Amino acid sequence: MTKPLISVRDLSIGYGKVILLRDANFDVERGDIFVILGGSGCGKSTLLRHLIGLEAPLSGEIRIAGVGKPELVGAAPRFGVMFQSGALFSSMTVGENVAFALQEWTHLPVEAVNAIVRAKLALVGLEDAEAKLPAELSGGMRKRAAIARAMAFEPNLIFLDEPSAGLDPISAVELDELILALNRNLGLTVVMVTHELESIFKVGKHCIMLDRETRSIIARGEPQRLRNQSDDPRVRRFFNREASVPQWQ
Amino acid sequence: MVDGQTLDRPSLVFDERLSLVAGMLQRFTWERTEISPTSARIALGGQITIEDAAALWKRISETLTHLDDIQSLDLELSQILLIDGACMALLVQLRTDLRERRVRSEFVGGSEEVRRIVTLYGGRRRARHKRAKRRPTNAIAQVGTATLNLIDEAKQILDFLGRLLVSTVHVLRHPKSLNLRDVGLTIERAGADASAIVLLINFLIGFVMAYQSAGQLKQFGASIYVADLVGVSMTRELGPLMMAIIICGRSGAAFAAELGTMKVSEEVDALRTLGFSPLPFLVIPRMVGLILLAPILVLMADAIGICGGALVASFSLDITPTSFLIQLQSAVKASDIISGVIKSIVFCAAIALISCQQGLATSGGAEGVGRRTTSAVVSILFTLILLDALFTVVFGVFGI
Repeated sequence: MTKPLISVRDLSIGYGKVILLRDANFDVERGDIFVILGGSGCGKSTLLRHLIGLEAPLSGEIRIAGVGKPELVGAAPRFGVMFQSGALFSSMTVGENVAFALQEWTHLPVEAVNAIVRAKLALVGLEDAEAKLPAELSGGMRKRAAIARAMAFEPNLIFLDEPSAGLDPISAVELDELILALNRNLGLTVVMVTHELESIFKVGKHCIMLDRETRSIIARGEPQRLRNQSDDPRVRRFFNREASVPQWQ
Repeated sequence: MVDGQTLDRPSLVFDERLSLVAGMLQRFTWERTEISPTSARIALGGQITIEDAAALWKRISETLTHLDDIQSLDLELSQILLIDGACMALLVQLRTDLRERRVRSEFVGGSEEVRRIVTLYGGRRRARHKRAKRRPTNAIAQVGTATLNLIDEAKQILDFLGRLLVSTVHVLRHPKSLNLRDVGLTIERAGADASAIVLLINFLIGFVMAYQSAGQLKQFGASIYVADLVGVSMTRELGPLMMAIIICGRSGAAFAAELGTMKVSEEVDALRTLGFSPLPFLVIPRMVGLILLAPILVLMADAIGICGGALVASFSLDITPTSFLIQLQSAVKASDIISGVIKSIVFCAAIALISCQQGLATSGGAEGVGRRTTSAVVSILFTLILLDALFTVVFGVFGI
């Protein structure tokens, strides 16, 4: 049995005295599309920031490919990250955004970097946007450009924070298709945070559900199976889009 | 439908609208019927919209103050043609207040549309929640909070300075790691783009200073000393200080806002996930850029300020430019110019440090960016004056 790509043990996270998640344990296997889901404010994005290494946990351990406490700065990126807003560098063109880490961390000549940038942008369907500034792109294009930037270093793991949030249905579906294609064709492991049900069922292979009240993982497994078989009313309510108080009827 | 009817209402002239708002004119009907000594019914009718809210509230207040022995008071809605959410909220409030006073009260009748609004605003029979109010913080707590915030801020600044020191050492050891692109951009934006305003302001400062002193010096027959006054004060004090104040207003605020926006839009986090530390990548280039341009700008400021003084001396005191220059040469020493240059370098380093620290400490969206930018400018101005005083003492002690 192969070791999991990400291993989380007894993880507690929060800010100051506020605990968002207590003693969480889960693994992410290689080649998985792993979805962290839950209602607003349950700590999904915060958990993602801890997995990436942007925040230090209160206690517990996160190991990525066997390495704990990954040092983010000072070395080439070991994984790709797409932030909720895309977080493209606004003063650079899309092409410069994708080329940015390549120029710094490799000794490739400019022509080679440009070729890689063009290939990455073609991968996400943004061949014509290389010279555009992020402000000139739509929300969906910005997110795809952010994926191209995250993919620049050929990572085998990518983290996505709310990829389809704020997108029109067509852009959201296109993004889901892109995630599936990257996973299927490149064997890319994807860890994504979302609460978009269509996205969860379409791309998610495994998931964990966080709960704000108990500050714990209340469900784990395949999304379809959880929807059909979970006995937990909180899980059923989430998947069946049931409001807790049907007050307007 | 309700909204449509609202839009179809004939528009009210200003006076009529004012009267309605003041509660003087009533477009709806309010009929109270006494069913028994302990039971009554209020029938409402007509159109009741936000313009009628004041009149409605007046009626509600009257009803609540004259309850007497009433134990049941229903609100009949069947004659209402139109009611909006705000007025329904007032009626729901009346029903809640009545129930709290142990008076049974229900909404009775009403068209389908009215019943829908009743459901929307008054359908939930939950206990009345008092609107949460922020308790005023007492003076001691405020002082305590401010002190803790100050300590927290001091810790952040020390942490920033420590990390910056480590990053600076790293950049000195590996000069290729310096983000030269941003150094050039900083020099262009904070230097080249600011030179016109720096020149203009310093020219005016030299001009005004010479003009103000001309009259006084003339009285004592010491007009020629205007060159000493302008030369020494521009090179030692006003040149560096005015230049720094302009750099603070232009570049300090821009750095804080730029880095703050990058922080709240997760660009700084993205930078870290790509393997870059924000300090050598964002802060050091800005600091290096400002430090490099400081001597150039301050020398330009000194020169143009002296030119302003020379101009006044020429037309107001009849001192020729040659005489002015000869006197200036004897008055201004190299140490005056060097001390001004040293000051300007330290001022510019302080501007870059404070503005970048404040920018990177930003949290909380657009409001946070504004708060940190303001804080950066105020902190820089305070620091500049403090450093200037410190320099005056130190230079005085060492006879520079």
